[in-house]
Amino acid sequence: MDDQVLGDNLWQLLRAAWLLPLVSFTIIVFGGKRLGKAGVLAGYLATGAIVGAFVLSMTAFGLWLNAYGVPKLEHHGGEHHAQAVSSGGVFSLVKFQEEAATEEHHASSTAHAGTPHYHAGEWYRLAQFGNLRASISYHIDALTVCMFCMVTLIASCIHFYAMGYMHDELHDITDHEVHLRDGHHLHRPGRYYRFFQYLSLFCFSMLGLVIAGNALMVFVFWELVGVCSYFLIGFYIERKSASNAANKAFIVNRVGDFGMLIGLMALWGSLGTFDFAASDLDHDGAIAQNEKGIFDLLRDPANGFALAPADGMVAAAAAADPEVQAAPTAENIQNWRAQGYGYWLLVIAGIGIFCGCVGKSAQFPLHVWLPDAMEGPTPVSALVHSATMVAAGVYLVGRFYPAFAPEALLVIAYVGAITLFLAATIAITATDIKRVLAYSTVSQLGYMMLSLGIGGWIGGMFHLFTHAFFKSLLFMCSGSVIHATHTNEMPKMGGLRKKMPWTAYTMLVGCLAIAGAGLPFAIFGWHIGLSGYYSKDSIVMHSLWYGDVMPRHAWLAFMPAIGAAITAFYMFRLWFMTFAGKPRDHHIYDHAHESPPIMYVPLVVLSVFAVGVAWTMPFTGLSLDGLLDSARWPGTNPAEVLGLSGVVDPHQYHGMATIVAFSTAIAGITLAAVFYGWGYLNPEDARRQFAPIYTFLRNKWYFDELYDFLFVRPTHFIAARVANLDKKWIDGLIDTLARGTKGLANLDDVIDRYFVDGLVNAVAHWTMSTGLALRGVQTGRLRQYVMFIVVGTVALFVMISFYASRA
Amino acid sequence: MDLLTQPVGVAHFMAVGAVLFVAGAVCMATKRNALGVLMGIELVLNGANLNFVALGSEYLRRDTALSLGADGNLIALFVIVLAAAEAAVALAITLNFYNNHSTVDVDRADDLRG
Repeated sequence: MDDQVLGDNLWQLLRAAWLLPLVSFTIIVFGGKRLGKAGVLAGYLATGAIVGAFVLSMTAFGLWLNAYGVPKLEHHGGEHHAQAVSSGGVFSLVKFQEEAATEEHHASSTAHAGTPHYHAGEWYRLAQFGNLRASISYHIDALTVCMFCMVTLIASCIHFYAMGYMHDELHDITDHEVHLRDGHHLHRPGRYYRFFQYLSLFCFSMLGLVIAGNALMVFVFWELVGVCSYFLIGFYIERKSASNAANKAFIVNRVGDFGMLIGLMALWGSLGTFDFAASDLDHDGAIAQNEKGIFDLLRDPANGFALAPADGMVAAAAAADPEVQAAPTAENIQNWRAQGYGYWLLVIAGIGIFCGCVGKSAQFPLHVWLPDAMEGPTPVSALVHSATMVAAGVYLVGRFYPAFAPEALLVIAYVGAITLFLAATIAITATDIKRVLAYSTVSQLGYMMLSLGIGGWIGGMFHLFTHAFFKSLLFMCSGSVIHATHTNEMPKMGGLRKKMPWTAYTMLVGCLAIAGAGLPFAIFGWHIGLSGYYSKDSIVMHSLWYGDVMPRHAWLAFMPAIGAAITAFYMFRLWFMTFAGKPRDHHIYDHAHESPPIMYVPLVVLSVFAVGVAWTMPFTGLSLDGLLDSARWPGTNPAEVLGLSGVVDPHQYHGMATIVAFSTAIAGITLAAVFYGWGYLNPEDARRQFAPIYTFLRNKWYFDELYDFLFVRPTHFIAARVANLDKKWIDGLIDTLARGTKGLANLDDVIDRYFVDGLVNAVAHWTMSTGLALRGVQTGRLRQYVMFIVVGTVALFVMISFYASRA
Repeated sequence: MDLLTQPVGVAHFMAVGAVLFVAGAVCMATKRNALGVLMGIELVLNGANLNFVALGSEYLRRDTALSLGADGNLIALFVIVLAAAEAAVALAITLNFYNNHSTVDVDRADDLRG
């Protein structure tokens, strides 16, 4: 198929998929109440829209495969077989995926022959300032298509699930968590349609973020998903905890977005474009200088796709230096670049963009909003806060990968590692089932960021996809449990697997997936493992490689393994506490029941994917990581992106990684079983033994208290002072002005009353008195009148004769 | 005074007329009795009559073949008739006034006082 036609077709399909939820949102927002009884049709509409989007996404996927064939991982195979002995023992015949390894064996450190297949174009130009463009544009590559399919699939499952979960909202509700001033609980009408309205808006925003072709559009949709998250977390808005949590989520996200704006400004100011990759905007068949994207400017193909500051950056940095006087000619720019001008601008841009991801993906130190976000209904947690929105940060790091300098990647790695450890430890002690999963999400996102930071792009993105499936599965299972037991607290649960088999066993699948369960050896060259096994394996492999090639930061190498062990432990703690053992609260146990099919069928669907999404499809060799690898920009394989050269290939560590991953998973599961499954050890004893640590972890490392002290209290203080200022001084000023005006008005009134009215009254009075006086003339006496006549005549006569004699 | 030494002419007639007029005016002005006022009115009218006659007399006119030379006298005749009519009306008013107020004292007729 012709490239242009293919690009157009893909764009049409994905644009339709992107806009369908928007149509659904528009219809529901304007006519929600009228859609069926209490808005029940709104659920069908929203679900229909997202399922339609899924169908379109799969069509686009099919088109992609049809055009470009099934991609194979290119840097496997040869090295493995050649270096097999160094990995040792039975694991030497390990193959990472099912590989028809007779294909070409490229040495992995050379660049790809060119950029990966992508289609980029502009839909609508919003504004243009000289060469700077703000537009709605798209960038479709294998990563985009995969993300579309993943997001729409998970969203479809969750929409179906939500239709069952939210059925309470179809009639009036008494909210027991809201206490009104007179002591009663709040009684309100149901808001079923509003939920699906927000879900549709969210799907639209997320898909827009994925398809975005320039960083400005990403930012717009970034904020949009934040707003949708705000609405959805605060769905039960009358609850103080929920509205606080919504505020917290949005504000913490904004803090990150501040850094993101700085990064965007650095890019815009120095590169003059927001586009990711070059696109032929004027359709003349060639890429002009102003049509190039960020990746092309930063990684010049002629330079072997090595990362170097672009001309604009170098010139900007040199211009900022007061000692540099020369004009920015091409030769000068080359010299300046060699001297290192512009490099730190590149680093700052990368770190700035990453700040936004820190906020959105709940990394340390902005992780505090995600656990509180569990105040929203469980479908929200499943869709937004596990699979999609929080993955947007990781997605952006992955998308922006070609633009990150090694220093920026180091920051990413450290932040990811700290987050990973921090959240995992807190999850050990959490008792709210959704909190455990929330901290697990934070920890897994840290995993992904760590992987991206140490150069394992494929590992990180792969984990994003597998995590999306099993985390949303886990959340939906927990929602099913909450729906049945009406409580979130695990200490009140226990032994539920007999009452809720579907939920229990799909959740077991999810737990196994997140723990990375799988067989460490190959059976006939096939690895059997759940999806998490493959992605964790990839990350651990890269971390071991990193530990060897960058010994300065070697402690980062241990984090994935430690994290994997802790993850396995707390996930199975969760499973055992909820589904195994004896029921701890008989009232709850008696009333527990399995969810209706509309809720557990999506669980089954997702568990199928949680098991198999990482597998290679037989006979075709189609695999997720192969697809992802085909989207990787040249020059970003692990060694190159860290700025190293001549180092070993990461895949040498594959065997070791398998052992490490497997053993940590087994250790974690066993420990959880010992404590909570078989009960050989009592967790209560452990809590007492390690009481200070327990308290520290139970209070979430006191982050909330710290932030309250550092930020919230000062803000309240300043707000109170400013409010005081406003009330006393500004209002006082206004009041004084008002009083002055009133006084002036009074004065005017006095003047008006005494002088103006007085004048008028005096004139009238004078007229009256004159009239009265003249009235005296009219005596009514005849003789007097006659006298007047006579006198008047005489006077007239005299005057006439006087004048006549004069004349 | 010249009037007393000159031969009788228009001025003498007018002087008499003026005397009558003033006498009548004074009478109108000073009489308390309404009928006295009416008499004064008659005097004034007659004084004016004399004026008419004086100015219409042969001393001041140039005779022509078609004029009668009685212009002034005719006007005086009109005035006499008018005076009579006016006296009748005035007497009617006075009678009405007497019927209402039982007196003909003009000083008591101040109902139109402002």
